[in-house]
Amino acid sequence: MAEAHPVGFQWVMEAKKRGAKVFHVDPRFTRTSALADTYLPIRAGTDIALLGGVVRYILENELDFREYVLAYTNAATIITDQFADTEDLDGLFSGYDPERYSYDQGSWKYQGHEQQRESEDTAKERETAAGLRHESHGMPVAATTQRDETLQHPRCVYQILKRHFSRYTPEMVSRICGIPVEKFEELARAWTENSGRERTGALVYSVGWTQHSVGVQYIRTGAIIQTLLGNMGRPGGGVLALRGHASIQGSTDIPTLFNLLPGYLPMPHHADHPTFDEWVDSIRHPGQKGFWGNSRAYAASLLKAYWGDAATPENDFCYGYLPRMTGDHGTYQQVLNMINGKVKGYFLLGQNPAVGSAHGRAQRLGMANLDWLVVRDLFMIESATFWRNSPEIATGEIVTEECRTEVFFLPAASHVEKEGTFTQTQRLLQWREKAVDPPGDCRSELWFFYHLGRVLREKLAGSTKPRDRALLDLAWDYPTHGPEAEPSAEAVLKEINGYEVATGRPLGGFPEAKDDGSTAVGCWIYSGVYADGVNQAARRKSRHEQDWVAPEWGWAWPANRRILYNRASADPEGRPWSERKKYVWWDPDKGAWTGYDVPDFEKTKPPSYRPPDGASGTEGLAGDDPFVMQGDGKAWLYAPTGVLDGPLPTHYEPAESPVRNPLYGQQANPTRKVYTHPVNRMNPSPPEPHSQVFPYVFTVSRLTEHHTAGGMSRTVPRLAELQPALFVEVSPELAGEVGLAHLGWAHLVSGRAVIEARVLVTDRLTPLRVDGRTIHQVWLPYHFGSEGLVTGDTVNDLFGITLDPNVLIQESKVGTCDVRPGRRPTGPALLDLVADYQRRAGMTPDRRVPIVTTGAASEAHERTAGGARDGGGDA
Amino acid sequence: MGLKTFIQGWPVYRQLTGADPLGRGAAAQSARSAALTARTETADSVARSVCPYCAVGCGQRVYVSDGQVTQIEGDPDSPISRGRLCPKGAASKNLVTSPLRQTKVRYRRPYGTEWEDLDLDVALDMIADRILAARDETWEDVDDQGRPLNRTLGISSLGGATLDNEENYLIKKLFTAMGALQIENQARI
Ligand code: SF4
Repeated sequence: MAEAHPVGFQWVMEAKKRGAKVFHVDPRFTRTSALADTYLPIRAGTDIALLGGVVRYILENELDFREYVLAYTNAATIITDQFADTEDLDGLFSGYDPERYSYDQGSWKYQGHEQQRESEDTAKERETAAGLRHESHGMPVAATTQRDETLQHPRCVYQILKRHFSRYTPEMVSRICGIPVEKFEELARAWTENSGRERTGALVYSVGWTQHSVGVQYIRTGAIIQTLLGNMGRPGGGVLALRGHASIQGSTDIPTLFNLLPGYLPMPHHADHPTFDEWVDSIRHPGQKGFWGNSRAYAASLLKAYWGDAATPENDFCYGYLPRMTGDHGTYQQVLNMINGKVKGYFLLGQNPAVGSAHGRAQRLGMANLDWLVVRDLFMIESATFWRNSPEIATGEIVTEECRTEVFFLPAASHVEKEGTFTQTQRLLQWREKAVDPPGDCRSELWFFYHLGRVLREKLAGSTKPRDRALLDLAWDYPTHGPEAEPSAEAVLKEINGYEVATGRPLGGFPEAKDDGSTAVGCWIYSGVYADGVNQAARRKSRHEQDWVAPEWGWAWPANRRILYNRASADPEGRPWSERKKYVWWDPDKGAWTGYDVPDFEKTKPPSYRPPDGASGTEGLAGDDPFVMQGDGKAWLYAPTGVLDGPLPTHYEPAESPVRNPLYGQQANPTRKVYTHPVNRMNPSPPEPHSQVFPYVFTVSRLTEHHTAGGMSRTVPRLAELQPALFVEVSPELAGEVGLAHLGWAHLVSGRAVIEARVLVTDRLTPLRVDGRTIHQVWLPYHFGSEGLVTGDTVNDLFGITLDPNVLIQESKVGTCDVRPGRRPTGPALLDLVADYQRRAGMTPDRRVPIVTTGAASEAHERTAGGARDGGGDA
Repeated sequence: MGLKTFIQGWPVYRQLTGADPLGRGAAAQSARSAALTARTETADSVARSVCPYCAVGCGQRVYVSDGQVTQIEGDPDSPISRGRLCPKGAASKNLVTSPLRQTKVRYRRPYGTEWEDLDLDVALDMIADRILAARDETWEDVDDQGRPLNRTLGISSLGGATLDNEENYLIKKLFTAMGALQIENQARI
């Protein structure tokens, strides 16, 4: 955090000054480690084993915050007897389909909910990254659940959790992660001591957790700990994601993502959502509890914002105009489709996949096989110059005179040359004022897309083709100003906020959205950012003039709420857990929730409220159900539905690992997304033979002085000077083993690429004792490429493409490689070297990576809901 | 200069006798630096801004003189950053004024070996034509059971995390209306 989010790290130091203990877990000793109380080195890709060890420590010693756990989580809820755990099935859960590599979740349900079939087809959910929808809400479940408040029932979540993690002992943690037992126990002790009415602990993570083939489950494990310790919805608690770009949160909320529409509404799927009603009901889940009951209003209001006057209740608000998904249309599938010649044109908007995405070679080969490419950036980046300056030019795989891709480079306006909002990592929107006009041809994206739309519509005017209606009927009349006709960002923000169609009055918040076409709302979760016609994101009341929550600095979604689920900062009766940790509480005199933050609860619903029988929607949530976006109002220690790779996190080895999974026969995530393609050969891992061809583990991350793919830092003299070259950090032991000299050269080989780097021999990396053997890890920064003031080989070229099944994020924080002294070969000799490694490792072009590595698969398949146990045969 | 003035002008004397015992402010100031005026004081205007790099969202003040950015400083009012910027945020002026920035449209024709010039309006028009052609070539009306698809898989887009919410909104709205589904950004990686 000190490296990649330095100014955010000041708050960790503040906490440390006040007595907090700071633990840093990282494969490499960094600037963060230097300032932490305790540093734990870890083998990359084994965090679930570490965190699972902490869960076990909590449960074995009964150190959970019992009052919180009983009242606010599903610990007491009873699970169906059809459920079988990874402990029973050698690393698989019940319901596994070894043909489709996915689960039928029927046997994971709450007792009595077995008939509820949310998802018939989890393989399809994987294709469409359906898990991302839950960024703003949980999966629905039916209203009534069976509970055992004593937590003794063998099938209550608490006991299931206990059994599931029973083998994650300190010794096992040490064996898998390479963390000494004493260090692990120090962490577990400190974390659990910091729990209860008076104390909270925070968990901070970044892409070191998400960029894995089990990334979502890493975060689930963290969330289980934080929930058991009562650290959610309370000040000083939480699971905090540190995101990596100025508005990456905003571009998820208002998604430039294939599977989502603004506010986490799903992009329709051709088979599941042929009609507006089916689409809305798939979000709303009629008859179920929680806040999604109003989603028809959000959906109708979005379409009204898109298609204006043309969108009416009679034509389902032009729902028919929306394009439909049929499967995986994500960025990695697109790249393989480019190589296969299916994609004609590609826009790159401030992103540099030739350096920043996994498998840079696939990225560049894809771009070299397009009809046209539009690059919009501040600087000439590698993704714009692959046709004349790339590793493939050197190897002869791309020949300039034979590359047909037509390239348009359009210079972009910088952050000071336009106005608009960024959403930072805590969901806070901050408006930027424009300082100066952009130079020359530089333009904002707002300008480019507004005018592109205008030109497209002019060219299509008079068209009678049905396919052109969606463009011609689009509400696209934004006011413009200045000599370049810059569209008004404030007008767009007002549309995002939503307004009453008849009067133009901006809405005060999403409760005002209507499903009858009388309101238009561009992104319902952002509704309120323009309440009263005031740009709330532009508020800049000094921190000296308001309290520490600082509600008048910018605006946070939803409803300017700074801590989500903050009802949990009060006890079930609505009183603060303690004076020290007071945040939001029930004021019995006023009959309302009050506090430092905007309460995340219906304002006047008393703690004593109990829903009448059969109540649905928000009425179905009790006055002590703080997790209001979850169907049952509870935090889920166990996820009965919605997570594609299991209701509980399980340690799987990374897709490329030198180590056999010490816990189960199942080696790696059995539901991970794999792409079998000649360019995408994965290094073998046990139990496959030849894993020793790639004996070392490598991991990558950021330097303080550079930013992502380097387009905004290797081009900036001050930053380029601070970190002028690519280097690889290796331990003295590995340097000795391989014969590397400090400041000399090394090259790294994977089954995809060879890269070279200067050697930094340092004890920041240490060999780990894993399962009785020594594992060496190396680390590199991934910022370098062939353009800019400072250049170097592109580290992401080493990675293959394997994705997390829930969100389709690639595993690019761990891979295997070989390390060799000296510089790499150049030209065709480089391809020969890769080919030689592929041959030695048995990586033939058509080899299929084995997904199932346990004999328990057929039993797991039989044990589905209503399956073999009841004698019903295969489900 | 009398001896007294000379001694009083001595930094150590000023440090020991004045209000700056640590010698980090007025005591250490030379006559030259005392006579200097900060660019931030003479700026024509100041814009309240936000750092364009990572998602911490540090507040920035952008100082402008004669239509040029002359300085970018941390915003001390920000409850997030309290006036601080890391090396990247502090280099933001260097970023926006970098001589490496491209300010002209560049065009590489198919099989071309060099960049060429192109007018922005012409580029916009050519891109619009190519979108319509790609769309026509790859359009899918319905699936094999007659259910609507309304889309093209011939167009892709990548990027958005460095851009404003308002920009992402228009990007998604326009691509969706043209039936382009394959829209992705850094959040996927
Ligand atoms: S100044 Fe540094 S920490 Fe702050 S937003 Fe910019 S890059 Fe992030």
